[in-house]
Amino acid sequence: MALAKRIVPALDVKNGRVVKGVNFLNLQDVGDPVDTAIAYQNAGADELVFLDISATLEGRSTMIDMIERVSSAVFIPLTAGGGVTDLESMRAIIQAGADKVFLNSAAVSNPELIRQGAELFGSQAIVGAIDSKWDEIEQKHRVYVSGGTKATSLETTNWAKKMVQYGVGELLVTSMNTDGTKNGYDIALYQELDKIINVPIVASGGAGKLSDFSAVFKSGHVDAALAASVFHYGEIEIADLKKQLHSEGMVMRL
Amino acid sequence: MSKEEPFIAVIDYGAGNIRNVMKAIAYVGLPAKLTKNPTEILSADGVVIPGVGAYKSAMDKIHANQLLEPIKKAAKLGKPILGICLGMQLLFDSSTEFGETKGFGLIPGEVVALPANEGYKVPQMGWNQNNITIKNVLTRGIENEYTYFVHSYYVKTSDQYIAASVDYGVKVPSIVIKDNIIGAQFHPEKSGEVGLRVWQAFADMVSDKAVLI
Repeated sequence: MALAKRIVPALDVKNGRVVKGVNFLNLQDVGDPVDTAIAYQNAGADELVFLDISATLEGRSTMIDMIERVSSAVFIPLTAGGGVTDLESMRAIIQAGADKVFLNSAAVSNPELIRQGAELFGSQAIVGAIDSKWDEIEQKHRVYVSGGTKATSLETTNWAKKMVQYGVGELLVTSMNTDGTKNGYDIALYQELDKIINVPIVASGGAGKLSDFSAVFKSGHVDAALAASVFHYGEIEIADLKKQLHSEGMVMRL
Repeated sequence: MSKEEPFIAVIDYGAGNIRNVMKAIAYVGLPAKLTKNPTEILSADGVVIPGVGAYKSAMDKIHANQLLEPIKKAAKLGKPILGICLGMQLLFDSSTEFGETKGFGLIPGEVVALPANEGYKVPQMGWNQNNITIKNVLTRGIENEYTYFVHSYYVKTSDQYIAASVDYGVKVPSIVIKDNIIGAQFHPEKSGEVGLRVWQAFADMVSDKAVLI
């Protein structure tokens, strides 16, 4: 028996509050990260990802405080990141109770950060996050940084492989082509990664309906599928999704 | 904290993930004390050995802090001892991670690398389903349930000590028990409601509300 496929809701956090309205919960205060996290845990989420979009140091410290509060009340794996540039913030995030921290732009400019993080906290705690976009002219997947605003010269699968060599224990790969479209995950991208990558891959970007998850697991061979708005707005219930995938023969934690 | 009130000593040897272990114990309602003080360890009603990291550096820290003797003594006194993940692996005789390293020797067996079989990525990272072979207060709550694993090494031991296992290309013991010595390869503090059942059962053992049958 293989491991259960993981369903991972992602939450944007700004100054210690969940933003981008989570409105399926009927919470009195929709921005409360603890209530939101508990609701997702109870709905059957296998893991939670927190993306810090705070631009300030103060925002970062309220993020740490938030992780502490969430991890006191929620007993599933937590991944956090966004704008992480040094070992100190990695340490603060992990000490606050996150199981994994993800690195994106900072790893591109300083891949040694991956190695240092993996040495200090173990590979299982370091997730390589990649924003990838298909380059029509060069016919390759290209890595973007700074929240998808800056193109790099890196090719996605090469960079993914390099991140694994530097020591990440998991990859979180977002396709900018499909992100926000709700037209399904970028299956071709994950098929390419699957051929050469031997750490778990989390697919991100494009979830719109139940069958999108089914496709990315079956054809994209990913280990986990991340989504935000379809869960936040109650368009897809996690429990229904997992039951459906289970009925299609996938290993799911029900 | 009064002597009458049961409490759990969580061994402080610089392992990661301690905060989450402390929170889970607090959640099931027992006081937990992070400690490396031998007197405190021996006055506790139960001992938890947390663990994320590498075997050798963990054993080095255990020795540097002279923690092996008080842990062995607590075990001999019959106190419930629970090792989590690497903390479980430390309970055994030895590990082949970075050469041969001796462990606590509280349960016979050795720790070896997970084979990189086709279709099984190493580390095993994620939720796997438990098969129960010995039913008791600790395993009843996890029968056929999924719990969360993160590890690259696993324990090879005699079936008599394996109370629960998961299939990961090889049979991976997920709960091991020898008398009062218990190990969980998964992270009960990260396994949702199912994991909290394990913590609750352990807390009940510590506070004499449950026995291992």
